[in-house]
Amino acid sequence: MRFVPLKLSLSALAVCSAFALTACGQKEEPKAAAPAAAPAPAAKPEITVKIGHAAPMTGPQAHLGKDNENGARLAIEDLNAKGLEIGGAKVKFELLGEDDQADPKQGTIVAQKLIDAKVNGVIGHLNSGTTIPASKLYADAGIPQISGSATNPKYTQQGFATAFRVMANDVQQGKALGEFASKQGVKTVAIVDDRTAYGQGLADEFRKSAEAAGLKVVASEYTNDKATDFKAILTKIKSTKADLVFYGGMDAQGGPMVKQMKELGIKARFLGGDGVCTPEFMKLGGDASEGNFCSLPGMPLEKLAKGPGFKEAFSKKFNAEIQLYAPYLYDAVMVMAEAMKRANSVEPAKYLPEVGKTKHDGVTALIEFDEKGDLKSGAISLYQYKGGKLDYVETLGGGAVATAKAEVKEAVAEVKEAAKAVGEAAKEVAKEGVKAGAEAVKAGAEAAKEGVKSGAEAVKGAADAAKAAVDKK
Amino acid sequence: MEILLQQLINGLVQGSIYALVALGYTMVYGIMGLINFAHGEVVMIGTLVTISVAGLLLKLGLPVALAGGAGLLAAVAVCMALGWGLERIAYRPLRNAPRLTPLITAIGMSIVLQNVAMLVWGRNYLTFPAIAPKAQFEFAGASFTAVQVMIVLVSALTMAGLLVLIYRTRLGMAMRATSQNPQVASLMGVNVNRVIAAAFVIGSALGAVAGVMVGSYYEIAHYQMGFMLGLKAFTAAVLGGIGNLAGAMAGGVLLGIIEALGAGYIGDLTGGFLGSHYQDIFAFIVLIGVLMFRPSGLFGEKTGDRA
Amino acid sequence: MAKWLNPRSALGLALIAAVLVALPFVAALGGQAWVRIVNFAILYVFLALGLNIVVGFAGLLDLGYIAFYAVGAYVYALLASPHFGLHLPFWAILPIGAVLACGFGVALGSPTLKLRGDYLAIVTLGFGEIIRIFLNNLNAPVNITNGAQGVTLIDPIAVGGFKFSAASQIFGLTVSGPQKYYFFLVALALLVIVINLRLQHSRIGRAWQAIREDEIAAKAIGINTRNIKLLAFAMGASFGGIAGGIFSAMQGFVSPESFSLIESVMVLAMVVLGGMGHIPGVILGAVLLTVLPEVLRYGVGPIQQVVFGKVLVDPESLRMLIFGLALVLVMRWKPAGLWPSPERRRELAETRAEKL
Repeated sequence: MRFVPLKLSLSALAVCSAFALTACGQKEEPKAAAPAAAPAPAAKPEITVKIGHAAPMTGPQAHLGKDNENGARLAIEDLNAKGLEIGGAKVKFELLGEDDQADPKQGTIVAQKLIDAKVNGVIGHLNSGTTIPASKLYADAGIPQISGSATNPKYTQQGFATAFRVMANDVQQGKALGEFASKQGVKTVAIVDDRTAYGQGLADEFRKSAEAAGLKVVASEYTNDKATDFKAILTKIKSTKADLVFYGGMDAQGGPMVKQMKELGIKARFLGGDGVCTPEFMKLGGDASEGNFCSLPGMPLEKLAKGPGFKEAFSKKFNAEIQLYAPYLYDAVMVMAEAMKRANSVEPAKYLPEVGKTKHDGVTALIEFDEKGDLKSGAISLYQYKGGKLDYVETLGGGAVATAKAEVKEAVAEVKEAAKAVGEAAKEVAKEGVKAGAEAVKAGAEAAKEGVKSGAEAVKGAADAAKAAVDKK
Repeated sequence: MEILLQQLINGLVQGSIYALVALGYTMVYGIMGLINFAHGEVVMIGTLVTISVAGLLLKLGLPVALAGGAGLLAAVAVCMALGWGLERIAYRPLRNAPRLTPLITAIGMSIVLQNVAMLVWGRNYLTFPAIAPKAQFEFAGASFTAVQVMIVLVSALTMAGLLVLIYRTRLGMAMRATSQNPQVASLMGVNVNRVIAAAFVIGSALGAVAGVMVGSYYEIAHYQMGFMLGLKAFTAAVLGGIGNLAGAMAGGVLLGIIEALGAGYIGDLTGGFLGSHYQDIFAFIVLIGVLMFRPSGLFGEKTGDRA
Repeated sequence: MAKWLNPRSALGLALIAAVLVALPFVAALGGQAWVRIVNFAILYVFLALGLNIVVGFAGLLDLGYIAFYAVGAYVYALLASPHFGLHLPFWAILPIGAVLACGFGVALGSPTLKLRGDYLAIVTLGFGEIIRIFLNNLNAPVNITNGAQGVTLIDPIAVGGFKFSAASQIFGLTVSGPQKYYFFLVALALLVIVINLRLQHSRIGRAWQAIREDEIAAKAIGINTRNIKLLAFAMGASFGGIAGGIFSAMQGFVSPESFSLIESVMVLAMVVLGGMGHIPGVILGAVLLTVLPEVLRYGVGPIQQVVFGKVLVDPESLRMLIFGLALVLVMRWKPAGLWPSPERRRELAETRAEKL
């Protein structure tokens, strides 16, 4: 019985080994070609910079993956149109897109592919579950990676010098949500999470922040990301008479959850993170979602200086609406390109230190990294479900920085008027100060606005604040 | 006290849904000793067909009761055809194959059905049209809805109907004969193929009814909804003793109540160590416990060695 | 054993060896990613062979096999990562993982000894879920597994300063990280295959077969069915544990989502599709089911592009559709698997003939 397979394998193997032999002969070729493909020294007039991008392009999140890729593509085309020069050579950027299917295993396989292709940097991945295992490979290869959508804090906590993200992480979001809850006059909260990395992480941060703000957590309940029935845990929450139910999880569970809260006669309000801040949530939750709150990282595009312009360019280029993260991906590419320019090199090892020193006034925010590679101050915006729409409520954490320009403009107008009324001297100071503030963006804005608001002493306050800004500079 | 009552109601309703789906598993298993792993997907197809048909009719301006009825009928018809097709294409050719073969086929069919459903209805969650009455009642501090009452009634009636079918009709007698010994039954003039096909068709019709109940209760549907539901229902069927109709009913209700009480009380009883995050495993732990002492489930007969 | 010295067999073996050595370099021509895919295929060969002991040899239907893989993966992750600050070498951890997985195998086996067929299937399925849910939740009150966040920064396999994660020069040849893992995996896989082959024809193997065919008869001829069944669970589980440890080291990150029920089902599908109880068949099943989806992934989209001029159906959904259909069709025409053992094929033909 053992002979049959062996015979079979004999002939099959002969063929295989023939392949192997020819293959071995060729093996030297790519090796020789490799240095040529890598960014060559400045001798050549034009060099190609390969930027890798990985996101699920097929499967349930394909629409988000496509959106991400479009965001990055738009940035690449803008850069090419600008005709950047780095290290004395003209630079042409090229996007290498890969499909990681939102699967951790697949994530490492495509990461390997990008490394094989000798990319100069990587933008992505979309999900934290794929970003984290892939980040190890990029770190080992020394390739800078900037994600525009992976929000799990672990990604940057691993201590890799190559890992960055241009979006607020779950810690920052959970913190803002907790602050918001306490501002709503809530005293007791019940926390539910779906036991996924995202839901659990967000709920834990919310708990910390809520407790720090003096709220009492009266119930901690759990469900999973496939559940449809929440009556058992909601009944328990009902018995604790909590003022607010916080949910760390996605819309497919959150929607039915608010509905079942209503059916059980629970009066508590509902609050959730970006997972439930979707039109889908309102569709599934129906009337029950009305009047409740949720948050999204960043600021609404309309509120940002460059937001509307980006939106227009995007829809013109791709004939599609922005789904979610495209602006962040755009910024990620820009941050990378700027770092290359500052380092005057496209070599990963040379420009990597510059990425950390980024100070980029992007579409989504003023991007500055902390020592881990996280955004220094991630803005979180809160929304209310109203009449089947998301109504912008306010922005917490880092908002001052992100909107600095717009607010300074407001301040300018107000200060100018007030200054006129008081006198020439004050006006001079204020103007100077405001100008400085506008340039420095980084500071002064909040202070200037506050100063203006304080009424009668407006001018004096603004002048002081402006002066402070000048001094700082 | 009212909380306990509320939890019992939650469990009873959830359990009735499990029971309704479990009847479909047990029906097929009782006759041919086969786990139809694709049954959860039949339920899913039932829900999605109702959404399409009832949703369309409502849009055309038909009254709610009519649209809902038509949706239900359409779902039952489609699922019966599907059940018949499954048996004919996937299971009949394998009747004498090794035992694990039809299991893999069933898994394959379940993957196929899910993906076909995804291509037809898309990946997004769908909302179920409001075809069920919206009334809400209060009883001793516990609240429940008309849909919940309907679910409990429908599953009790269905089980009663099945019992009548099995023990009071010719087809039922043929089914019992086939389940005991197909060869002998066919010698006695029973058309075994037809009886088995009937079991699949009836089981799938029940699946469609279950699908409509699930849809109108949660008002949400998705191409992957059948998998978890099928798994829980199958657990319920095994708990009660697979192949036994009353057992499936009892197992379903028991499972629902265990889950509700487990999620509601275990956390407090264990000082927060085991909370509702272990909700899904209470059922399995009880199942393992029961099977250790009664290897054929609560009401099951001792099965022969057919592995 | 003399058969092995036969010159033709020796030539065959030499050729197999040559192909196995050349494979990672050939695959690398298409990029290191393909070496990674080959590595995952070998990892699944591991798993399928482990499950084959339980399902194929002893005839015990196990739907929770991935739990042992998870145990092995987490043992490695916890003992070689900054999570607990432990960094034990792999040759210490892999045996620990195997022993612990083996313990879990016995823990699963002992309460379920009386169960047969489908009852056993649902209990093992439940067991798999229980393990996964515990891994997902054991971050409080004491943080053991770090919950759904998973464990990061797991050490790669290393011998002294020789790390398996990075490329290095060996005899003037550049050997990449994945290629090193490949040779490590192949060496282990060969060991596992030899163990399996020897087991199959040993006293124990025949006892398993006896239980599979007729448990009562097996008992009657004096086989201690209880111990022999437990042994099957324990052996299968320890192979799963080793595979899990290597998975951990290769990925550098584990989280409970890698150990869902569908993985158990996939491994079972490999065993049954290839040919239960027949080692070459099981290997074929594992390789086919890991490589086929990859080939479909790179084939389905472009083929549609060529035939219809655009991509009509999302490759991912079509891929799963084809996969499901393949399971159904193979079982329809080859109920004993693609490459069943000759005895099994004969039995099946006989029963068919009887029925006719």
